[in-house]
Amino acid sequence: MIASEQAVALMVVLPLLSALVINMAGWFDRRLCFPIALFALLGSCCSAFITVSRVIKSGVIHYRLGGWAPPMGIEYVVDHLNALVLVIIFVVSLLALLFSYKSIQVELPEKILQFYTLYLLLVAGLAGMTITGDAFNLYVLMEISALTSYALIALGDKRALVASFNYIILGTIGASLYLLGVGHLYIMTGSLNMADLQTILPALLDARAIAVAFVLVMGGVWVKMAFFPMHGWLPNAYSYAPSSTSCLVAPLMTKVSVYIMIRMMFSVFNPNYIFVYLDWGRLVVPLATVAIIFGSISALAQKDLRKMLTYIIVAEVGYMVGGAWLANVTGLTGAIYHILADAMMTLCLFMVVGAIIYKLKDSSMDSMEFIFRRMPVTSVVFVIGAFAMIGIPPTCGFFSKWYLISGAIETSQWHYIFALLFSSLVNAFVFFRLFEIGFFGKKPADGHDHHAPEIAVSEAPVTMLVPMVLTALSLIAIGIYTNEIVTVLITKTLPVGL
Amino acid sequence: MHPPFPTATPLLAICSSLVAVPLIALSGKKPNLREFWTLLAGAIKFCLVISMAGWILAGNTHTFELWQFLPGLSIKLTVDGFGMLFALVASSLWILTSVYSIGYMRGLNEHAQTRYFCFFALSLSATIGVAFSGNLLTLYLFYELLSLSTYPLVTHHQDTEARGGGRKYLAYLLSTSIGLALPAMLVTYSLAGTLDFNVLGIFPEATAKSTLLVLLVMFIYGFAKAGVMPFHSWLPGAMVAPTPVSALLHAVAVVKVGVFSIGRILTGIFGINLLAAQNLNTVVCVIAGFTVIVSSLIALSQDNLKRRLAFSTVGQLSYIILGIGLASILGVQGGMLHIAMHAFGKITLFFCAGAIFVATGKKYISEMVGIGRRMPYTMFAFFLGSLSVIGLPPAGGLISKFLMVRGALQADLWWVLVIYLVSSFLNAAYFLPIVYKAFFCSEEEALFEKKVDEAPMCCVLPLTITAGISIGLFFYPNLFYSLAQIAIAMP
Repeated sequence: MIASEQAVALMVVLPLLSALVINMAGWFDRRLCFPIALFALLGSCCSAFITVSRVIKSGVIHYRLGGWAPPMGIEYVVDHLNALVLVIIFVVSLLALLFSYKSIQVELPEKILQFYTLYLLLVAGLAGMTITGDAFNLYVLMEISALTSYALIALGDKRALVASFNYIILGTIGASLYLLGVGHLYIMTGSLNMADLQTILPALLDARAIAVAFVLVMGGVWVKMAFFPMHGWLPNAYSYAPSSTSCLVAPLMTKVSVYIMIRMMFSVFNPNYIFVYLDWGRLVVPLATVAIIFGSISALAQKDLRKMLTYIIVAEVGYMVGGAWLANVTGLTGAIYHILADAMMTLCLFMVVGAIIYKLKDSSMDSMEFIFRRMPVTSVVFVIGAFAMIGIPPTCGFFSKWYLISGAIETSQWHYIFALLFSSLVNAFVFFRLFEIGFFGKKPADGHDHHAPEIAVSEAPVTMLVPMVLTALSLIAIGIYTNEIVTVLITKTLPVGL
Repeated sequence: MHPPFPTATPLLAICSSLVAVPLIALSGKKPNLREFWTLLAGAIKFCLVISMAGWILAGNTHTFELWQFLPGLSIKLTVDGFGMLFALVASSLWILTSVYSIGYMRGLNEHAQTRYFCFFALSLSATIGVAFSGNLLTLYLFYELLSLSTYPLVTHHQDTEARGGGRKYLAYLLSTSIGLALPAMLVTYSLAGTLDFNVLGIFPEATAKSTLLVLLVMFIYGFAKAGVMPFHSWLPGAMVAPTPVSALLHAVAVVKVGVFSIGRILTGIFGINLLAAQNLNTVVCVIAGFTVIVSSLIALSQDNLKRRLAFSTVGQLSYIILGIGLASILGVQGGMLHIAMHAFGKITLFFCAGAIFVATGKKYISEMVGIGRRMPYTMFAFFLGSLSVIGLPPAGGLISKFLMVRGALQADLWWVLVIYLVSSFLNAAYFLPIVYKAFFCSEEEALFEKKVDEAPMCCVLPLTITAGISIGLFFYPNLFYSLAQIAIAMP
C-alpha cells in the first residue's frame, strides 16, 4: 500500500535520479546508459498505471512533497485529467526510448551518455509539470524540460544549432510570460497553489491585474505549444533534431502545454470567467481556425517528411486549442481526447520517419520510393498512422474529430468545422501523395510494364519495429475504446459550470 | 424469438474474407493454395449469408452489437431485407468473380497476384460490412474501408495511367465522404440523437425543411460511390483496373455500396414518408434524373467498351436512386430490386469485355465487328446481359424497371416516366448495335475469322452463369422481390 501511495512521487523522482546515475555510470561504460534509462522509465510507467487505477478507483490523489502542507509546501495533485496525461508521457517516452536504442548508435555514437541523461531529465520535467498542483513549481519544471529539450535538439546537425537557438529565445519569452502571469496572480492572491487560487479568484473577477495575468499565462503557454502565430520556432527545431529526440519531443512537448492551458483555464481560472465575463471564446476559436488552415497549407508545401509532420503538429495544436475554447463539454472532451490521440499519432509517424532515416539516411519525400516493398512492416505502420491523421474510422483520429466537430456544431462555429474538414482533406492529400511515391515510385512506367524494379526487403531493426507496431496498434485500440476512455477518465475531469 | 443461427453470424460473414487475407498473403508462392483460400472464404461467406436468409424472409431482423464508440452510438450489425438482398448479390458474385479472376490474371500473367487477391478479399469484407450496417456510423466506417482497400486494386498496373485513375478515384471518394457525408452525419446525430436506421425516419418532427434539404443534398453527393453527377468521373477513370476488378467492384460492389448507402439514408434516416410529405422526393428525382439522361448520352459516344459500360453504370445507378427517391412503396421496391438485377446483368457485360480482351486483346467497339463469329458464347451472353440492363423481356431488368415505373405513377410524378422511357431507348441504342455488329455483318466487314476461339474456361464459365441468372431472375424474381418487400414494410 505504501508503495502504491509513493508511486505518485516515484514517477518524477525515478527518472530524475536515474539521470544522475546514468551520468555517473556512463563514465565507466557507455553501454550501461540504455538499460538504466529503460528500467527507470519502466518503473515510472508502472507507477503511472498504478496511479491511474487508484484515481479511477478512489478519486483525486493529493500528495504533499516532504509532508509540507500547502500553500507553503508543494503539492502533487493527480486527478483523472493529469493521470491520463502522465500515462501518455511515460508510455510515449518508453516507446521512444526503445526506438532510440539503435537510432542513437548511428546518429550520435559519441553522445550516448549526454543523450540519455537529458532524455530522462526531460521526461522528469514533463511529468513534474503535469503532476504538480503549484503554479510556480510548474514554472520551474517547465524550465527544466525546456532547457533539456534545447540541448537535445542541439545534438543534431549544424542546422539544429540555429533552430535550437531560435527555440531558446522564443521558449524563454514564453516561459517569462508565464512567470509574469503567475507573479500577477501571486500579488493579487498571495497564493501559488492552484486549488487555493481557484477558490480566491472568483472574488477578484473585476481586477484588471487578473485579466492581465490570464493573458500573460495564456500567451506563455501558447508560445510553448506553438499556437499560430507563435509557432515559428517549432518546424525547424523538430525537424533538424536527431530523430530520437524528435520522437520524444514532438509528441509530448506541445501536448503537455495544451494540458497546462486546460489546467490553467479550468482549475485556476473558471469557465464563467473566461467564457462569460471575458468572452474570449469568440476570439480564440477563429485563431484556432487560422492555425489549422495555415498548418495544413504549409504541410502541403513541404518536401521533407519531418518538416511536413511538424506543420501538421501546428495544425493539430489548433484542433486542441479550438476544442478547449469552444466553451462546451463536447469540445473540451474532444480536445482532451485529442491530446491522447495526437500524442500517439505523432509518435507513430515520427518513428516511421526515424526508421526511414535510419535505413536510407534521407528524409526527403523521395525516400518513400517503393517503401511498401522495401520496408513492409514500417509502411503498414505508416499507413495506420496516416489514416489516424486523416481521421479514418476506427482509428482514434476519427473520434477526436467527431467530438470536436460535434462541439462546434453545438455552438455553431462553422468556420472551425470547415477548418477541421479542410485539414482532414489536406492530410489525406499529403499522405496519399506519399503512398503514391511508395507504391508507384517517383516515375511510374508508361504502358503496362509489369516488371516494377525488384527491391529487396530491408526492414528496420526489431528494437524499432516493436515500438512502432505497438504504437500503430494503440491508435486502433484508442479508437475502439473511445467510449471507455471518455466515460472513465475524461468526463470526470470536466469543470463544473461549462 | 431466438434466430436459428448464432447471433454473431453477420460478424462472421464479414470476417470470413478478412481471415483469408493473411492466409492468401502467406501462400503467395503456391498459387493453387492461394486461390483455394479465396474460393473457400467465398463459399463460407456465401453459406453464412444464406443461413440467415430464411429467418429474414420470415419477416424478422437480426441485430448484433459489437462495441460502443460513443454514447448511444455503437458498431452495430443489423440484417434486414435490404441488407440481405445486397449481401446475397455481393457474396454470390464474389465467388464467380474469383473464378473469373483466376482465369483472367493467369491468362494475362499479371504481376503481384497475391496482393491482388488479398485486397480483393479485404474489399469484400468491407462490402458485406456495409450491407449489414445497423447505423450510419458503422456504414461510414465500412464505406471508407472499402474506398481504401480498393485503391491498390484500381492502381494494380502501377503505371502512369493507373496512378492517374487512382488519384481521381481517391480524390473523389475521400473528398466527398470527408467533406460532405461526415459533417452531414454529425449534424444528423446532433439533431436526432441517434444514427440507427429506422423505416419511419429519425429526424424529429420540428426539423426545418431547409435543414433537411441541405442534409439530403450533402448525403446524396457525399456518397460519391453512387456516381451521381457531377461526382461520377472517378468511375470511368477507375476503368484502368484489371477487368475483374471493374466487374465486381465497379459494376457491383463499390458502386452498389454507394447506391445502397444512399438508399439506406433515404429509407432509414429520412424515411420515405417524410420525403414524400416534404416534397423532397422531387429533389432526389431531379438530381438522379439528370444523371440518368446525361450519362446515357455520353455512353453513346464512347468507343472503348469498358468506358461505355462505365457510363452505362453511372446511368443505371442513378436509375436506382431515382426509384428509391420516388419515395413510394413500389418505387423503393423497384429500386432495391434493380440493385440485384443490374448487378447480374452488368457483371455479365464486364466479364464479356474482359473475355474479349483476354482472347483478342481488343478494347474498342469499332474493332469488334464480327466478333460473334469467333466468340459466339461470350457475345450471346453479352446480348442477354444487355437485355437485362435495358429492361427487355425475358430478362430480370424488366421486372425492376416495371416496378419503378409503377412507383412513379404511385408517387404522382409523371415526368419521371419520361426519364425512364427515354433512358431505356438510349440504353438500347448503345448496347444493341454492338451485338448486331458482332453477329450480323458482311464478310468484308468482319474483322475475325469464322472459327470459334473463346477465352479460357475460367472466364467463359462465370459469364455464362451470370447471363443465365439474369434470365432466370425474370422467371423467378421472388427471392429478391420478397426481400425488397420486407425491407420497406412499415411496422
